[in-house]
Amino acid sequence: MTAGAGGRRTAGAGRTTGAGRTAGAGRTDRGDLEALVAAREIVVCCGPGGVGKTSTAAAIGTMAALRHGGRVLVVTVDPARRLATALGLSGIGNDATVVPPAALAGTGLTFRGQLEVAMLDTKQSWDDLVRRHAPDRRSAEEILANPLYENVAGRFVQSHDYIAAERLYELHLQGDYDLIVVDTPPSRNAIDFLEAPRRMAEFFSSRLLRWLVAPYRVRLVNLASRPFTQVADRILGSAFLADVTEFFLAFQGMYDGFVERAAAVQALLADPRTTFVTVSTLEPAARREAEVLMSELIARGLPLGALVLNKVLPGYLLDPAPAATAERLRADAAGVAATLLAAGPEGLPPDADERLVAGVLNEVAESYLGYRVVARREAEQRARLGALPSVVVSVPYLDQDVHDLASLVRLGEALFT
Amino acid sequence: MAVTGRPRDPLDRRLVFVTGKGGVGKTTVAAGIAERASASGRRTLLCEVDGKGDAGACFEHAAVSFEPVPVQRDLWLMTMDTEAALREYLRIFLRLPLVARLGPLARAFDFVATAAPGVREILVVGKLCWEVRQRSYDLIVVDAAASGHIVSQLGAPQAINDLVRVGLVRQQTDWMLELLSEPATTGVVVVTTPEEMPVAETLELTAALRSETTVDVAAVVVNRVLPELFAAREEEVFEGLGRPAVVAHLAGALEADPVPLLDAARLAVTLRRTGAGHLERLRAALPGDIPTLYLPYLFAREQGRRATRRIADELAAELG
Repeated sequence: MTAGAGGRRTAGAGRTTGAGRTAGAGRTDRGDLEALVAAREIVVCCGPGGVGKTSTAAAIGTMAALRHGGRVLVVTVDPARRLATALGLSGIGNDATVVPPAALAGTGLTFRGQLEVAMLDTKQSWDDLVRRHAPDRRSAEEILANPLYENVAGRFVQSHDYIAAERLYELHLQGDYDLIVVDTPPSRNAIDFLEAPRRMAEFFSSRLLRWLVAPYRVRLVNLASRPFTQVADRILGSAFLADVTEFFLAFQGMYDGFVERAAAVQALLADPRTTFVTVSTLEPAARREAEVLMSELIARGLPLGALVLNKVLPGYLLDPAPAATAERLRADAAGVAATLLAAGPEGLPPDADERLVAGVLNEVAESYLGYRVVARREAEQRARLGALPSVVVSVPYLDQDVHDLASLVRLGEALFT
Repeated sequence: MAVTGRPRDPLDRRLVFVTGKGGVGKTTVAAGIAERASASGRRTLLCEVDGKGDAGACFEHAAVSFEPVPVQRDLWLMTMDTEAALREYLRIFLRLPLVARLGPLARAFDFVATAAPGVREILVVGKLCWEVRQRSYDLIVVDAAASGHIVSQLGAPQAINDLVRVGLVRQQTDWMLELLSEPATTGVVVVTTPEEMPVAETLELTAALRSETTVDVAAVVVNRVLPELFAAREEEVFEGLGRPAVVAHLAGALEADPVPLLDAARLAVTLRRTGAGHLERLRAALPGDIPTLYLPYLFAREQGRRATRRIADELAAELG
């Protein structure tokens, strides 16, 4: 990896963390996401779906380009047009696109580095992979034309996960970037992304695969495998099995390359130059998945660097004093309304009577207490989750609508506090 | 696609798949639908496909297995397990008692399933269709795959149908497809929340379900809709409460600082307003013949029997 133009390695501790409020937004606990990002070459954003993973990845990349300099690449899997629009691009393709300097300048900030974006196109990436590993053009075309191939590349659930990891490896190998930020695909299970390279290696090195593509004669004498053939023939029909066999025969020349490659991808994920940033919210389902994911990262010896919590409710919902005030207000909204109206302050609508004001005050109190229940539940969960990584960043509920570079920077500032 | 033969109550079917973007409360809604059906005396099976145990948590029931367990009157819970489904399939259709051989066979299956997509999915869908055909339950509610995978799951029978030209499986995909294509029998419920990404994904998903599968979209359920805080006149009063002079007097009347309370209410108003905008977009873009049901945000625990019952009640109220 290049040393990085603009000396981004030195930029890490540029800002110190403010004291912040308990469970408040935009605060880091023990470490600093900015320093972490500055010290690594690959940042993998993982986590459950719908928690703002793509925006977080884009914001981290944007901030690195802004503050640390060098060439920064954000690889996204989210085909949402909005991110492209936000970055001043008409679209994002499988190849990296440079965010135009004019768009960066439009924020009024001086970016020290260059920002590029690529979108993961699973099918295209698979095709590229096949062309690269196939021994010759003819076998490449054979594979690409096989009906099963399209299924493996397009529909096979983990193919997205594998190809994301594989593409990351490829980009890192090229050595063109100082930092690569990856947004992982939305999986049924976020763990699938971690499993994919190993499963892929296992798959291609399995004895069964070798047996499947062994010459037919050898198989006939192999009595042990006969029950399988019989059952499989009955269930799936021999034509389908022939298709499968043909596909793997075509793939044969690529096995070793694949296995080796998958192992290298796996090694890169575990490399100290890589860091995993788990993104989540504190909602029950997301929180649970994030917790499992972080435990798995740790169990696998993968470098879990930080936890980013989005949509965190403000800290004042946890303070005991306003809670007591809200309780009091709810108990005597009419009394408070009467006292308030008797004082006759400027600002209330002239025709507001006691009932109307009491109703509003009651609603204010109820609303506070309702959100307090949620905030307390979340604080508890936050404490549990936060015990796992060394850096925890909370991002407030609002300010998350990313629609242009400026809002991306705002989100990034909350992340890099 | 013109849909005929839809039941009047959109959830009144034999097989209901509940899907949605991760984190929108898909499991809670599936549990609520199951709760409502079983409370009305329908024998209901709730099947969790991704096996994270959340469905069990909705009924405060820990031990959920492939073999359905009763959790309350007329309600059973099971979790999908493709290996167990394969074993059952082999037992039923091939009369294969060779338990000793199942180990290697399961490994072989695992292998084929990795290479041939749809094989794993078809076991899941196949098991559910089989249960429908057996008529052991009046309703099967499936806490299904998240929106990213539901189309390939529901499309699996068609995909296998295209790939496998002969054999036992081919015959079976035919009746499965028939069962899945009847709106009176099968429907998909898409769960969403009034947020940007879930709404966008819901619109994409309903379109994909209609173009890529034959399964009817039964309803879109909007979960966690925040309550409206103030009516128009109250809103004026609330704005007045925020003016410095009023804040000072309010502090006097309360003998405490009212600012955090007003801030929290302002946050609540903003969140509600942002959500309303996303709902507007959903309403405008969703095909008019898809019923939309709204469930309120629960400011209490979101999981457990109480929450499940509330969701069931709210669903009942929405459906009249």
